[in-house]
Amino acid sequence: MYRVRLFAVRHSRAFEWLYARLESTMVALDPLFARIGYGRIERPIAAIERATKGLLFDCKMCGQCVLSSTGMSCPMNCPKQLRNGPCGGVRPGGYCEVKPQMRCVWVLAWDGAARMKDGSKVRDVQPPVDRRLEGSSSWLRVSREKAAGLREAREASRTTIAKAFPDARAHEPATAPLATEPAAAIKPGRDQ
Amino acid sequence: MNDDQQLKPEPWLPSYDDPPPGHVSGSRLERVLRSGQFAVTAELNPPDSADPADVFEAARPLAEVADAINATDASGANCHMSSIGICSLLTRAGHGTIYQISCRDRNRIAIQGDVLGAAAMGVRNVLCLTGDGVGVGDQPGAKPVFDLDSLSLLRTIRTMRDEGTFLSGRRITRPPRMFLGAAENPCVPPLDWRPERLAKKVEAGADFIQTNYIFDVPVFERFMARVRDLGLERRVFILAGVGPLASARAARWMRSNVPGIHIPDAVIERIEKSAKPAEEGKRLCIELMQQIREIPGVAGVHVMAYRREHEVSEIVAESGVLKGRVPERRRTPVTK
Ligand code: SF4
Repeated sequence: MYRVRLFAVRHSRAFEWLYARLESTMVALDPLFARIGYGRIERPIAAIERATKGLLFDCKMCGQCVLSSTGMSCPMNCPKQLRNGPCGGVRPGGYCEVKPQMRCVWVLAWDGAARMKDGSKVRDVQPPVDRRLEGSSSWLRVSREKAAGLREAREASRTTIAKAFPDARAHEPATAPLATEPAAAIKPGRDQ
Repeated sequence: MNDDQQLKPEPWLPSYDDPPPGHVSGSRLERVLRSGQFAVTAELNPPDSADPADVFEAARPLAEVADAINATDASGANCHMSSIGICSLLTRAGHGTIYQISCRDRNRIAIQGDVLGAAAMGVRNVLCLTGDGVGVGDQPGAKPVFDLDSLSLLRTIRTMRDEGTFLSGRRITRPPRMFLGAAENPCVPPLDWRPERLAKKVEAGADFIQTNYIFDVPVFERFMARVRDLGLERRVFILAGVGPLASARAARWMRSNVPGIHIPDAVIERIEKSAKPAEEGKRLCIELMQQIREIPGVAGVHVMAYRREHEVSEIVAESGVLKGRVPERRRTPVTK
């Protein structure tokens, strides 16, 4: 709905916060999701995502959400579907070239981004849309990728023994707090 | 007409030299700009015809004063001869050309192929545009493509040129040597964000910028001040768009029917009050060019004289922006 969409952009900062919470929750739920199987939860989650984001942002389910880089204004509502707008045809007062009764999605986006805590992402050059992802859940994809990234980073610093025995994790030097060292060990050679 | 012999373009030898050091394409436009000279580009009115003579005819009044000629890509979503066709013809005749690509009509597969084709035909400048919506054109029922936007298009061609790969990562054995251009519209909303958007275009790969019509110098000056604050004028060559208005009626029509054109009321009034509106429109254009030339950071002007192409050389000459410089001699085929 157009009115709700305008509301969301006006409150981009609150939605940015909400989105960050949602993301960390989803990332935390990764082991559970993995157990159930991402393939199995894809459809229900996508349905929930479609309903909520459809209501709030007129989301078109492109499957590669950039709302947090566009001031919470969904760029797929731009008649030219610009991911890096606005175009040069914006009308006086900030109305759309193609749909004169609608505020330009990208005028809203820059304004929304200015209100956000991390609005500078609106300056990033966005890649073209991957049409294969249309209809899939962007929430799941993002949180799954993030969880995988975190896991990888964690794994990278782990020793062979910790990898071989998952329970060894707590005792791993990298994560366990360092014991206080005897003074002699800290400054070797002092007494020699 | 019995001048078939003269109509034939000179034998054209395909050579694919590397650009001179410090250049990305070596095009005449790039060389003029990089040497710090004030450049002039001009827009050609594409023919609704398949006769090459019509292309040369349209280019003739521009060629004398322009460092490069823009061949529009179905601008305003109206069908005309293709930009790549026009550029190929003119390039062979020795003109500098700017190949315009609009994202409205072709997807990334078609566009990347065309860029290689254009480069092989000798085209060295390309202007990346989003394009007007199909609704304003002569075929409003067409499917709007918009697979890429102007920025992802810039980044795509830059990747092809600098990394030597398609967007897919597949290698290109001889990358296209293109001087990359983009458009900007400093006088339409969101005014505050326009310079930021320019920065984004530079980030995406733009080497030069051609702006839409500037009729409001104070607004453009504010834009340029912000551009200089961001240090952008040192990273990209900015050519300001100018053009003569034919009459107050034409100006009003343009303002309400052509997307993205801002003409202040004072400008329209000035033309309306004049006894000779066309003359006044020309004078105004000349004055604008002279004012714009003095704004720090402006590297050239882009003349768009739709249906008044015959006036371009006079306008440029009278404005004195070239300061006596004569764009290089070309082998323009004589058509009449
Ligand atoms: S005016 Fe704004 S919403 Fe409309 S087509 Fe241009 S960028 Fe998209």
